[in-house]
Amino acid sequence: MAETRDNTKQAQVIDDNLKRVYQDMLNEEVPDRFTNLLAQLREQEQQEHGQGYAEAQNRDETS
Amino acid sequence: MAGDPRDEIVEHLPAMRAFALSLTRNSALADDMVQDSLVKAWTKIHTFEPGTNMRAWLFTILRNTYYSNRRKAGREVSDADGLMTEGLSEKPAHDGRLQLSDFRRAFAELNDEQREALVLVGASGFSYEEAADMCGVAVGTIKSRTNRARARLAQLMHLTEDEALEMTDSATMAVVAGNRSSAAG
Repeated sequence: MAETRDNTKQAQVIDDNLKRVYQDMLNEEVPDRFTNLLAQLREQEQQEHGQGYAEAQNRDETS
Repeated sequence: MAGDPRDEIVEHLPAMRAFALSLTRNSALADDMVQDSLVKAWTKIHTFEPGTNMRAWLFTILRNTYYSNRRKAGREVSDADGLMTEGLSEKPAHDGRLQLSDFRRAFAELNDEQREALVLVGASGFSYEEAADMCGVAVGTIKSRTNRARARLAQLMHLTEDEALEMTDSATMAVVAGNRSSAAG
């Protein structure tokens, strides 16, 4: 009922356009802000915990 | 022994920004949301199940951040860039094509849940099942949200089948992406 023939065609048009928009956004260059943040988080963690991920993993797997 | 799954996060940054932008339609809000989500993902990596879809996991964090912020704001934040009131700078339609302003209004009329479902399933390539998982609802709910989103868009734009075929890429581009440039500029 929700999917009449018209709806299907309209849906296709809407989705096709959304996909192109999405692809366009995906192609954008990511600001340094985010890669810097990830590097910062890692650095911070290594300073605090020494081992970082491995240590956190062991801790969580015990539960 | 696999390495730190967090090494993979960087690969999903473009997708995270795209999804955040789809939800907020405001570049400043979107980037703040990505930033918050990155910190959450980093510290909650133990909740990620290795071998599962990391993008879906990150998107789940993003949407939770978005809805949590929305609750705090006590209203929908989706029109923060003034989508509804933005000046209509495009040329008027002269051949029956959809007007950009109409499309903008239509897109803004979708509620967050409908827009989210449409972007996840229609644009990002997630299955109904994945989207349902991410949104914490039944598969049928996602299906009905995407169907309603499409139907609502079509209805709001008085989009007949013929008109649908004339819908230009540029119109859609501007609807979802245009706001960002005005916010950034």
